[in-house]
Amino acid sequence: MQPHILSERELIAEILAGNPERYYELIAPLERRIYFTAFEILRVEADAEDVAQEAILKAFRSLASFKGEARFSTWLFSITINEARMRLRKRREVSLDSPAEDGSGSDEDYTPITLADWRELPLDTVLNKEMAAHLEQATASLPLSYREVLVLRDIDGISTAEAATALGISEGNVKVRLLRARLMLRDYFVSHCLLPKSAPAGRGRR
Amino acid sequence: MIRLSCEDVRREISNYLDNDIAPARKKLIEKHLEQCQNCAVLLDSMHNMVVLIADERRFELPEGFGNRLRDKLEKEFTAFQEKRRSE
Repeated sequence: MQPHILSERELIAEILAGNPERYYELIAPLERRIYFTAFEILRVEADAEDVAQEAILKAFRSLASFKGEARFSTWLFSITINEARMRLRKRREVSLDSPAEDGSGSDEDYTPITLADWRELPLDTVLNKEMAAHLEQATASLPLSYREVLVLRDIDGISTAEAATALGISEGNVKVRLLRARLMLRDYFVSHCLLPKSAPAGRGRR
Repeated sequence: MIRLSCEDVRREISNYLDNDIAPARKKLIEKHLEQCQNCAVLLDSMHNMVVLIADERRFELPEGFGNRLRDKLEKEFTAFQEKRRSE
């Protein structure tokens, strides 16, 4: 007989009924995404690890109060985001000299660089070490509020509605921020990582 | 028939990519994309960007992450069991 695969709700009931070690099953598919959500916000490995693990522990401690209205993953992502925001605030209090993190991003329309200036990001672009480093820089260049949306939607792969719940903003807001994040990311990536290396325009070359 | 400007398309390009758009609107965007190389390139490169950033290979956990997490969780589990017993 096939072993019965427990639903999230059943698994949580099992854990609370005295089988805490089954919590591993609940978090296993999420560990990496939780860490990277924290990392995208904090940009420092050690801080991201602390925050990711604290969020996982916190979720365990308050599992009994989890109402199951949202999915467990959405709930855990929102705990992670709150923890990471708290850590950012603390960091700012400690080092007043450091440049302030742009928490809001602009509400102005974002206009990408003139399209005629663009080179296409080639379809066969492959992810290698160098490319991964460029992507890091590109995401790091985004304002925090855009990074949060980008990581939830495009890295964690959660829905617009879930991201709105996790961040406490409207779905419309999620979409607008995601659009700007993607445009800015592409702008940064293409202009910093692809254009400098591109061959000069064909004019005058024999 | 209504024609969309590049700006209209740009405003919705991310929703279009996510297929989160009304069918009639989608048709209008596709019409525009057929005729506008700039917007078609924008869409392609945004799509590639999204694929690259979601690439699993980017995401390595720091060494020892799992072990350190397990240590903390085990303590948490012990406390949980003790609390249950005392209730």
